[in-house]
Amino acid sequence: MAEAATATKGHAEGETRRDFIYLAAMGMSAVGAAAVAWPFISFMNPSADVLALSTTEVDLKPVLEGMAITVTWRGKPVFVRRRTKAEVDTAAAVKLTDLPDPETDAARVKKPEWLVLVGVCTHLGCVPLGQKTADPRGDYGGWFCPCHGSHYDTSGRIRKGPAPNNLAVPPYAFLDDTTIRIG
Amino acid sequence: MAAPAFNNALVRWIDHRLPVFSFMHHELHEYPTPKNLSYWWNFGSLAGIVLVLMILTGVFLAMHYTPHTAFAFESVERIMRDVNYGWLVRYMHMNGGSAFFIIIYIHIFRGLYYGSYKAPRELLWILGVVILLLMMATAFMGYVLPWGQMSFWGATVITNLFSAIPLIGDSVVTWLWGGFSVDNPTLNRFFALHYLLPFAIVGAVVLHLVALHRFGSSNPLGIDVKGPQDSIPFHPYYTAKDAFGLGIFLILFAGVVFFAPNLFGEPDNYIPANPLVTPPHIVPEWYFLPYYAILRAIPDKLLGVIAMFGSILVLFIVPWLDTARVRSAKFRPTFRKFFWVLVVDCFVLGYVGANPPEGWFVIVGQVATFYYFFHFLILLPVLGLIERPLPLPQSISAPVLKPAEGKA
Ligand code: HEM
Ligand code: FES
Repeated sequence: MAEAATATKGHAEGETRRDFIYLAAMGMSAVGAAAVAWPFISFMNPSADVLALSTTEVDLKPVLEGMAITVTWRGKPVFVRRRTKAEVDTAAAVKLTDLPDPETDAARVKKPEWLVLVGVCTHLGCVPLGQKTADPRGDYGGWFCPCHGSHYDTSGRIRKGPAPNNLAVPPYAFLDDTTIRIG
Repeated sequence: MAAPAFNNALVRWIDHRLPVFSFMHHELHEYPTPKNLSYWWNFGSLAGIVLVLMILTGVFLAMHYTPHTAFAFESVERIMRDVNYGWLVRYMHMNGGSAFFIIIYIHIFRGLYYGSYKAPRELLWILGVVILLLMMATAFMGYVLPWGQMSFWGATVITNLFSAIPLIGDSVVTWLWGGFSVDNPTLNRFFALHYLLPFAIVGAVVLHLVALHRFGSSNPLGIDVKGPQDSIPFHPYYTAKDAFGLGIFLILFAGVVFFAPNLFGEPDNYIPANPLVTPPHIVPEWYFLPYYAILRAIPDKLLGVIAMFGSILVLFIVPWLDTARVRSAKFRPTFRKFFWVLVVDCFVLGYVGANPPEGWFVIVGQVATFYYFFHFLILLPVLGLIERPLPLPQSISAPVLKPAEGKA
């Protein structure tokens, strides 16, 4: 019927009006569909309780020079390493041009002695080795990821292998000289 | 075709109102099938039966399984030790997954060899690739459920693939996890989806069959059925042949389930998941090894991920990449050789994927990855244009009948 009407009329003006209403209706239903999709997409994002569990306090007193500990923050391992003087110096001496993801050591620490890193390889998320004394530490004396062979230096910066970025530094603050809060 | 006359009055009464019996008669009994199908045509119906087996064993497992990080591992061990025949149901499900992939891979290579994807069966083929993708997602999420070390780290590595997406990658990964690492919300949603997707597969299989029955099966000669002399009814001829194949399959399957149930498994998955320790050597399930090799062959994170997904997506366009007019490799001597090179190439990729990316594995992996794409993107189009196929027989019956006529 409608088609017959427009066909006989063949009026350019009538057709544009009809097309406009048609497009507007389609557009509105697309908006409606998106509005319905949104809560479902959001539903899958971290919930309030997961977000609330997002700080961890760490007592640094038992950690001696050259030692490292692993703590959990948001379900991920966080590496806390008390670096030796030599490690700090090596990290500081590296030229930025030698780094795939250039960052100075100073920009990655609050106190040079304490290196705090998210212990998750930036390639595909394995936990790199190097926390225990017996672990391989890779070619640059930091960490080595066994999954696909990424080498990190004593500042946790990527030096060799498929990982694109440096080990992330989580947000943290010194509450006093021997306690930090991560998150 | 006219509705068949059923003898039973009740059947007639129902069929008049709900024509399921006519439908079955039409699709099974009258459905003309080429009379020269070989055993390579058994794997489709076999895959369907294994899908039913997976759903059946899966629903029963779900009655005793607990999708929570604190209980998942133990609930599976409980199924293995305390639940009546739990070991049997779980081993059938676990090895059924592997069997499903073996069957589907044979089914796909059958299609590649005999050119089953060519007009008018392009959509049939595409639906098959959709089924493959759904199966991969289902199996991946199922493997996470027992919450062992390989479950956890496999899930971590695979979900992290999405972090390679520029700009939004990290948000996508957080969204997939429902947290900041693979954790309880992840396990929960994987269970929900692992339960759901097999039914999506059933839907895709139905469409696959609708498309199949439109033009019927292709056949080893790759020529169309020319008339009734070329075909036989599906039932009882192929139902019997499929049942025989099923018997052979069940013997082999029972052999694995009862005598080598962990043949395809990874011992590390019997260690409960530990988010703080990555096992030294992470490997996916065997059916993902070739893709894993392709991922690692490319030193760049994003490009590696693209190549890995590309290796499956390329199958979607195979009907248009292959320019040959002749379907079956039987009449394409050069293509036939390269087909077998591709088969070997896939095994090489699988072997490389199972080994650490060091030394010569890296080079071999890169060469094999190159060849994989070379086969589909260069060889298929070019060979179709330059290869001179052997002469095709007149009809499906002709090669069988001619010698007989000669003798007479
Ligand atoms: C396309 C069909 C399916 C495939 C390919 C598949 C695959 C898998 C795989 C590979 C596992 C891991 C087995 C292991 O290593 O322990 C698994 C586990 C599981 N699946 Fe499925 N599955 C399918 C259908 C289903 C369905 C329909 C359900 C119904 C709820 C289900 C429920 C489960 C449960 C509860 C587990 C955990 C117990 C266990 O690990 O043995 N599956 N599945
Ligand atoms: S996850 Fe560390 S190198 Fe791939």
